[in-house]
Amino acid sequence: MADQPFMSEEEARRITDRVLSLSQADHCRVNLTSAMDGNTRFARNQMSTSGDITNSNLTVTSAFGQRVASSTTNRFDDDSLQQVVRTSEDLARLAPEDPEYLGELGSQSYPDTRGSYYDSTAELEPEERARAIARVTEQAVTEDLISTGFLVHRSGATCVATSEGLFAYGLDSRVNFTTTIRTEDGTGSGWSGTSVNDWNELNIGELGSIAVQKAIRSREPRDVEPGRWTVVMEPTAVGNMVNLMMNQLSARAADEGRSFFSAPGGGNKIGEQFIDSRVNIHSDPEDPSIYSTPFNNMGLANRRTIWIQDGTLRELNYDRYWAEQNNREPTGFPSGWYMAGGNDTLEEMIASTERGLLLTRFWYIRSVDPRTILFTGLTRDGTFLIENGRITHPVKNLRWNETPIFMLNNIEMMGAPVRISSGESAGLTPAVVVPPLKVRDFSFTSISDAI
Amino acid sequence: MKRRDFLRHSAVAAAGLSVVGHPEALHGILSPAAYGPVAVRSDRRELAMRALEAARSAGADYADVRINTNRNQGIQTRERRVIGLSDNVTSGFGVRVLVGGTWGFAASSNATGDEVVRVARQAVAQARANRAAQRQPVELAPTEVEPDGVWRSPIRTDPFEIPIEQKVEYLFGANEAAMGVAGVRFVNSSMFFLREDKFYANSEGTVTDQTIFRTYPTMNVTAVSDDNSDFQSRSSTDIAPMGLGYEHVVDSDMMGLAPRFAEEAVQKLSARSVDPGEYDLVLLPTHLWLTIHEAIAHPTELDRIMGFEANYAGTSFIYPLEEFLGRFRYGPDFMNVVGERSTPGALSTAGWDDEGVKPQDYHIVKDGFLNDLQTTREQALWLGDWYRSQNREVRSHGNSYAQSWADVQFQRMPNINLEPFPDRDVSVDELVEGIDRGIMIDGSGSFSIDQQRYNSQYGGQVFHEIRNGRVTGMLRDVAYQIRTPEFWNAMDLCGGPSTYFMGGAFGDAKGQPAQSNAITHGCPATRHRNVTVINTARSV
Repeated sequence: MADQPFMSEEEARRITDRVLSLSQADHCRVNLTSAMDGNTRFARNQMSTSGDITNSNLTVTSAFGQRVASSTTNRFDDDSLQQVVRTSEDLARLAPEDPEYLGELGSQSYPDTRGSYYDSTAELEPEERARAIARVTEQAVTEDLISTGFLVHRSGATCVATSEGLFAYGLDSRVNFTTTIRTEDGTGSGWSGTSVNDWNELNIGELGSIAVQKAIRSREPRDVEPGRWTVVMEPTAVGNMVNLMMNQLSARAADEGRSFFSAPGGGNKIGEQFIDSRVNIHSDPEDPSIYSTPFNNMGLANRRTIWIQDGTLRELNYDRYWAEQNNREPTGFPSGWYMAGGNDTLEEMIASTERGLLLTRFWYIRSVDPRTILFTGLTRDGTFLIENGRITHPVKNLRWNETPIFMLNNIEMMGAPVRISSGESAGLTPAVVVPPLKVRDFSFTSISDAI
Repeated sequence: MKRRDFLRHSAVAAAGLSVVGHPEALHGILSPAAYGPVAVRSDRRELAMRALEAARSAGADYADVRINTNRNQGIQTRERRVIGLSDNVTSGFGVRVLVGGTWGFAASSNATGDEVVRVARQAVAQARANRAAQRQPVELAPTEVEPDGVWRSPIRTDPFEIPIEQKVEYLFGANEAAMGVAGVRFVNSSMFFLREDKFYANSEGTVTDQTIFRTYPTMNVTAVSDDNSDFQSRSSTDIAPMGLGYEHVVDSDMMGLAPRFAEEAVQKLSARSVDPGEYDLVLLPTHLWLTIHEAIAHPTELDRIMGFEANYAGTSFIYPLEEFLGRFRYGPDFMNVVGERSTPGALSTAGWDDEGVKPQDYHIVKDGFLNDLQTTREQALWLGDWYRSQNREVRSHGNSYAQSWADVQFQRMPNINLEPFPDRDVSVDELVEGIDRGIMIDGSGSFSIDQQRYNSQYGGQVFHEIRNGRVTGMLRDVAYQIRTPEFWNAMDLCGGPSTYFMGGAFGDAKGQPAQSNAITHGCPATRHRNVTVINTARSV
């Protein structure tokens, strides 16, 4: 393990074959992940902490008839492999029968997403991380600003094998960079960030420059009144909101009556137009802009899926059991998604706005009412007043209580989609590509003094 | 009367917690070697010394190493089905070094003699790479050397020794008790158990060996209206995760509480939607622990205050320090907030922190004023002037923690508790009696707070209207919004010791990469005047 950063296909096959040969269960599935992670944090214009981590995890799922259980280890000596198999089998024998267990999948065919792996990312070293970050800290020092941020990358393999003959092995590399730059007097803060698969595509200096400009322009914000506002949302803010809806696509929860996507009287909303007809969202592991793993942890292929077409719900996420119960194909759940946009630029959205707010990103987004996908959160790191088609001054951050359903019904303009850093903690989240939007009647409920 | 049920339950829970510390019960019940640490103690010591020596030879001025094995078991059910059953182990080690005042950290799952040397050198090389941009070198506050420390969570029953069938039977029994209530359509329940063997050594001579247990039973009941037009859920937030063994599952009495959770989920379907406006609030400790977490515990993290978490968790309204320490009135005179890692069964309780420091109990808020902040060895020095002005020792409070061997340790909150009313045992009834128009909130729900910890919003599990000093019917769609300083200063009375309860959660996130912490906050019930309440219902 020490000589190579993560498991090759050959090594993964050797281990999964060994585990399957040890299995005495009726069905067995082996999930293997092996990755090299690296990260560097910076704060107060210097590196603070960093890490380089090598790890692999092996999960064995055993089934005797309908009795199922699993066990995970990160040790790969033969004793540990035997132990993890025995543990999963011992647990499975004691488990009650699960009427929904459908056995394991045999050999499958997968989309080709070999392109999501880049040597440039796999070969990234701490020295290069430090040099890249210096392109941000130096700008901040020059402008008497305080920079903080996070650069993280992972390169590794995911593998699934079953006693029914399935073997899947996929490579993936990802990088995420975010920076928050604050003014020394603490009255201004700006942010920028994005994610890529290929380290060579990341322009950290440019991202730093955006955050520097936002920090400078956001100094000494003024109050605005809470209420319903027309907002120009940068792509990160849009992604923050639309993600909330994408996480609610469980067909089963909808059919069971405990989801926004439940239909009154029973069933779900597939086929119903529920948002603006310009909204189109799909997943596709083969689309280079939203590469994702070609298979899920059951070994089921993640295929191109249109979730929302012209504002109409076209598909929900069906696992194998729920699909069988409802005579549908299981969907898998490709982890990235792409929301199509329009031809309007951010500048045109601002120019067309008589009175509104420009939003950079959202923070501490938490569910308030699952019935309407109502969430609350706050604006952060770059919130500006737009008056008569121009940005006039920075404003204090605001708490909102809003649902992506309302937001996607109130679209006025759409721009070109871009890839964003979609997770609150700026970790290695799936690829999300979204357009900037101009939206009316976004609901803010109070002012925050936080900068 | 729900409130009395609650109080009876919390009193039972408190009594249960007071009897957990039987050290004589600990011997001979821990798991066999098959699931034990990555290596026996003497081997771990040898590996650790090898890593420290390799770091020193490569040029580290300071080094520490953690060799951990973490075993967890999870059982998830819904109604009469087990939907997840797993038993997992992860082990490995992490080496942290200081080279010329810059940190480096590397980790590997492969705890062998050659790999600890490689990883120690990797950590040193990384520190050298980071040093190029150094502006202010890291220094560490002095601490006592502990050459052979041993500590174990005060459990009575090792959860990994309890047969799976017994655990499944317990959850199915609780599910059945909930499903027996008319109107309930779904119930999910689970148990989670953790055992972490944590071996620590540093280049100053400290060596500690700790075994930490955590146990978390949970339940969520959902009621759906007959025509599928509405659904409401009730989570078991009265049952906290604890640093205890299987006895916590038994003491939590999920089976006994399940019918109440179920009835409350059903009642929420027909409860009256709240009129927005200003209300006096009585916050039961099953709810309040989370508000304390967000609006006291997080803003008093010193790394956050100094800007180290600005890119994610944020900074704090507590800045600059000289204007706040000893001067900022957090709340009324009776408000005392203590940070500690000593309460038996609380989740942060430990013998030593993750940089070998014996934790202290300390007042974060004393008699209403901000008195101290959460620190590690690196951070304690930043408070040197304040401590010297108070004739206090300049030392870490022992608040360093890492979620696993693969993550670098940094400042994480200890158990942070609001102390009960000091002068007499104020009851919840007394808090309610002083209110004309108010709401009593039971259980923690939705929560969100800004990055400087001013503006926050909280939901709950169950809301009861208070009219003319009496608890009346149930409300729904309630969330309250606060600004931290005003909210605590609007607390005009809090409950006494008989209302005290320790709440908590897994999954408190901080740091990048985000690390998850397990938190406990003890508190009494409180009363707050004139708080803004919004209605969260929407029609789509």
